[in-house]
Amino acid sequence: MGSEIYQVVVIGAGPAGARCAERLANGGAAVTLVGGEAAHPYNRVALSQYLAGDLDAHALITHHPHALDEHQIAWRPGTIVTALDRHAKRVMLGSGEFIPYDRLVLATGAQPVRLPFPGADRPSVLMYRTLEDVDQMIAHAAIGGDAVVIGGGLLGLEAAAGLAKRGMRVTVLHAVGRLMERQLDDGAAALLQRRLAGQGIATITNAKTVAIEEDAVLLADGTRVPARIVVMAVGIRPHTELARSAGLPVNRGILVDDAMRTDDPSIWAIGECAEHAGQCVGLVAPSFAQAEVAAAAILGRDARYVPVSADATALKVAGAGVWSAGEIEGGDPIVLDDAEAGQYRRLLMRDDRLVGAVLYGETGDAPWYLAIIKDGRPIGAARSTLPFGPAFQPAEWAA
Amino acid sequence: MTDAPAVRTTCPYCGVGCGVLARPTGPEFAEIAGDPVHPANFGRLCVKGTALGETLSLQNRLLYPEIAGARASWDDALGLVAAKFRDTIAEHGPDSVALYVSGQLLTEDYYAANKLAKGFLGTANIDSNSRLCMSSAVAGHRRAFGEDIVPTVYEDLELADLLVLVGSNTAWCHPVLFQRIAAARATRPTMRVVVIDPRRTATCEGADMHLAIAPGTDVALFAGLLRYLHRSGRADRTYAAHLEDVDDALAAGRTVADVAAICGLRQSEITKFYELFASTAKTVTMFSQGVNQSSAGVDKVNAIINVHLLTGRIGKPGAGPFSITGQPNAMGGREVGALSNLLAAHLEFGRASDLALLRDFWSAPNLATNPGLKAVSLFEAVAAGKVRALWVIGTNPAVSLPNGDMARAALAKAEFLAISDCANTDSGMSAHVRLPAQAWGEKDGTVTNSERVISRQRSFLSPPGEARPDWWIIAQVAARLGHGAAFAWRNAAEIFREHATLSGTQNDGSRLFDISALARLNDAEYEAMKPARWPRPAKSIALSRLFGRGGFPTPSGRARMVPTPYRAPANPVSVEWPLVLITGRLRDQWHTMTRTGKTARLFRHIPEPVLAIHPDDMPAMEDGDLAVVESPWGSGTLRVRHDRGLRRGTVFAPMHWTAEFCAGGRVNSAVNPAVDPLSGQPEFKHTPVQVRPAAMDWHGFALTRRLLGSKAAEWCAVIPLEGQVWRHELAGHGDAADAHAATVASLGGPDGWMSLRDPAAGIFRAAQVQDGRLAACVFTGRNHLLPARDWLMELFAHESIEIADRRALLAGRRADGAAPEPSICVCMGVGAGAIRAAIAAGCDSVAAVGKATTAGTNCGSCRPEIGAILTEMRVKEPA
Repeated sequence: MGSEIYQVVVIGAGPAGARCAERLANGGAAVTLVGGEAAHPYNRVALSQYLAGDLDAHALITHHPHALDEHQIAWRPGTIVTALDRHAKRVMLGSGEFIPYDRLVLATGAQPVRLPFPGADRPSVLMYRTLEDVDQMIAHAAIGGDAVVIGGGLLGLEAAAGLAKRGMRVTVLHAVGRLMERQLDDGAAALLQRRLAGQGIATITNAKTVAIEEDAVLLADGTRVPARIVVMAVGIRPHTELARSAGLPVNRGILVDDAMRTDDPSIWAIGECAEHAGQCVGLVAPSFAQAEVAAAAILGRDARYVPVSADATALKVAGAGVWSAGEIEGGDPIVLDDAEAGQYRRLLMRDDRLVGAVLYGETGDAPWYLAIIKDGRPIGAARSTLPFGPAFQPAEWAA
Repeated sequence: MTDAPAVRTTCPYCGVGCGVLARPTGPEFAEIAGDPVHPANFGRLCVKGTALGETLSLQNRLLYPEIAGARASWDDALGLVAAKFRDTIAEHGPDSVALYVSGQLLTEDYYAANKLAKGFLGTANIDSNSRLCMSSAVAGHRRAFGEDIVPTVYEDLELADLLVLVGSNTAWCHPVLFQRIAAARATRPTMRVVVIDPRRTATCEGADMHLAIAPGTDVALFAGLLRYLHRSGRADRTYAAHLEDVDDALAAGRTVADVAAICGLRQSEITKFYELFASTAKTVTMFSQGVNQSSAGVDKVNAIINVHLLTGRIGKPGAGPFSITGQPNAMGGREVGALSNLLAAHLEFGRASDLALLRDFWSAPNLATNPGLKAVSLFEAVAAGKVRALWVIGTNPAVSLPNGDMARAALAKAEFLAISDCANTDSGMSAHVRLPAQAWGEKDGTVTNSERVISRQRSFLSPPGEARPDWWIIAQVAARLGHGAAFAWRNAAEIFREHATLSGTQNDGSRLFDISALARLNDAEYEAMKPARWPRPAKSIALSRLFGRGGFPTPSGRARMVPTPYRAPANPVSVEWPLVLITGRLRDQWHTMTRTGKTARLFRHIPEPVLAIHPDDMPAMEDGDLAVVESPWGSGTLRVRHDRGLRRGTVFAPMHWTAEFCAGGRVNSAVNPAVDPLSGQPEFKHTPVQVRPAAMDWHGFALTRRLLGSKAAEWCAVIPLEGQVWRHELAGHGDAADAHAATVASLGGPDGWMSLRDPAAGIFRAAQVQDGRLAACVFTGRNHLLPARDWLMELFAHESIEIADRRALLAGRRADGAAPEPSICVCMGVGAGAIRAAIAAGCDSVAAVGKATTAGTNCGSCRPEIGAILTEMRVKEPA
């Protein structure tokens, strides 16, 4: 790229955007980081710990202003971008300002889905996405009473656990037959449900919500579940409006190539808003990877994003570790089940390879399983010891 | 109770006949020690003897008389036995009944049984399981010496300059003698030991030479030796005066080239052995079942005796042929004549004067005058319906006879079957009447060991239930048959005196068996009787060793050199049946496990019925897999154990397992029914067989606190563990998941289970923890490669299972768990790993290993195995 200094604008100060901005700045680019939230860049993954009271808000911040200054990143918090002018290569802000760019990175993230039930727009219906959302939940929890969490996935259970820990009576409503159905099998989900019950969190599976009322959630079977607040945690949708209105090709997310570049050679997209090879990511690790690739590409290095074959999900609910990676169905299961001791493992095998794993209880071996899923090594004779983790493998395996 | 004095008694196991001090410390337990003044062992005991105190439980004991499986009174049961025998004899004659008795009986019991059968039932159809053990030695002795005489004593084993062990795994089967030999060699390293055995057994460790002879060819080896001794001028010209038929015997001699071809040995090793033998005057040839259990068993015995006679090496310190018996009182049985072709007190059917003497002595006009059926023929006659009423006393022919399926069928078919036994046995399952006999520790009498020493077995426990002495049971039946006066003994001493008196009756030295000096013992003296070697004539003094200066009890007074032309084993191998099966004994088990099966300790050495095969004979057969060994007569299913010490083409299996412990392990089902034409002893050491994988669909094991029994699976071996815990090794056909579920379900209780399921790989494991303690483990897989059981077995002793152990349970080992290893020293609980570590750390002798690890420092039975590990590790070391 020679000695020319690019002006790079990064829209979105979530984990991906902040990481990309930092890398670009270190690489010599002049970077402007535009954040929609008022908060400084923070660790969204740790919001559950903040909600549970295990961390304070300050500890979530990943990039304090002085650090951004050191990187010579122009930081624009609480700033709404209204449009992209690709022809003029500038970004239009809600304030009427515009910021010119040589290269643009879209890291606009995703927004939580708000299901269109009657009453879904009541003020008592909260989302669980931002620091501000969590602050609201904490404020409600201080009053106490009944809470309903709609959505028994990863985020919903984190929200439920946090609210329960703050003293609310929580019911989780889940539309399908088992909790975390995309990560857990029936066995682990049942253990998890039992564990939640032990912590005072009720679960209703196959729950069809029809309306949100003043102080309850109404189900299709007529059940009214008491709810002073309702947290909706039923999924996220990539934030693609800017790109779409700028005429960039968008499917579910903004379409990008292996270098995370959009159809416009000056514009990149990373994180939850991007769609690479048909996949939108929802986790922080691949988002970081994409941020690294985009930064490298913009800095003129050869970089390609290779999706990891397995993504892992880790959750800690009331002391019980739950972790899963890879596939959940469609292979030969190996199940290690000690329900009485709250331990459960389910490994999914295909063609002598480990293609998925669910751990419940002790999850310390999770990185090891993830590595095995990713490297696709043949399991062979280690199959019978695989469920017991790395400590039980021969030396050449443990390495 | 705890201060009870120790009772001097005799071990109930092998023919060494060790003195034991037993001090009862509870109703079912006693402290056991070797008797330091007993001349057989001088305080030593082997692992089996050491564990005797753990075998006194009443588990599996027969405690009350039974008729048709229901408890009955003694009067009813005895009355029924008497009635059936009386009626059968009345209708079909005396030879339609039979007794089948045991070398476990005391001499007094044996005497009573023999007297009843031959004297009063009028049949010689009384045979003993000793037929299976040493009847070839009896016949060989009688042919050569004119009487069944063992001329040699244990001390000769220590005095010999050359010890030739033929067909004897002394280290395992007569461990205390092996210890005595080892001790003698330690002080006199010039002593040479040669082992002749198709298998490289523990006895070969430390031996100077091992001749891995082809099974069944010993006759040729010793006929060749006879010729060699003659040709090299080693015949004793002086002793020749005591011999006859020398030339006939020499005419059957063999050249070394012949011997090499027949025995499958190199000429050079044969010549080396012959030269060693020729040049060593003080030579003892000790032989056991490997010689006797053969269709040429008697010829083998005579071929061995011939070389000793020719060289005059007999009855002299450190020289002689030496038959070592398997059972504690095989010798006593021979003395009372409780074999179908013998009469009491070494009297002979063939001598009219002997018959008259006995008829008169017993006042038995009905005395049988012709020999009866020998064991194998006896059971064939039962199967054929010729013998209709059978009384089995103290033995388990369903397991111990060859062609075992036939034997079991015969027992099931008998019109009337009575069993006297201290235990529930396979043979007793189909009995019409079962009579509870007293066991070792309860009964009282005498036994004779392999060196003619009569020792007392004394009672130190109260008999449980309604158990009675065997002699009493026999006398009661006799009384109900109207012979009360001849069986009116009040105690064992009275029987012993009658027996001793008979031995001296009309005996001017023509019969060497004379213990008439002991006929004078009163009850108190009998009670206090010290070990006594016979002959003990009232009228003269006898020497310990016999025949040193001739004096054979033959008409000519000379010993006969019997020609021994070689005959191949009865059933040759073929393309279809290409391997030779040898059955035999293990170090830590005894006969059919009715006693050794009660102590977990004795299962540690070899817990399951194994089939030893040379890995090069069947490369596809993996160590630890299950194999079917099949012959034209039957089959067994056994755990494969690779053994490079076997002669190629031979396989070996222990004979101990019963339906109670492993029905598939009853390998005698496969053994051919061929017998020696003279002795009737079966050929256990040569059955042509084929071996193939058992091809089970699943294998597994269950460790439980409740006995599931040997029917828990299609193939199941039950192994007792310490603390009322049971190990079951399992295998079967069909679906592994179903089999696993069935086993788990049979244990009951849904609570506390954890599981590992990998249906695609056929892996199913479950463990149950109840009240914090491990209650059960059930592991199932597609093949025999299951996790080792050792750590799990150990966990059963823990009062609570730690969390880390709980998570590792279904792995079968701790994460850092070293690969478990076999137990070598059972007494001190030392495994192979510790022994290897000690050797690696510099221990260069069995003694040094013992000092470092305590292995081999108690009974010493494992010292040959420690020696084998030493040898193996030395070989591996770079030069």
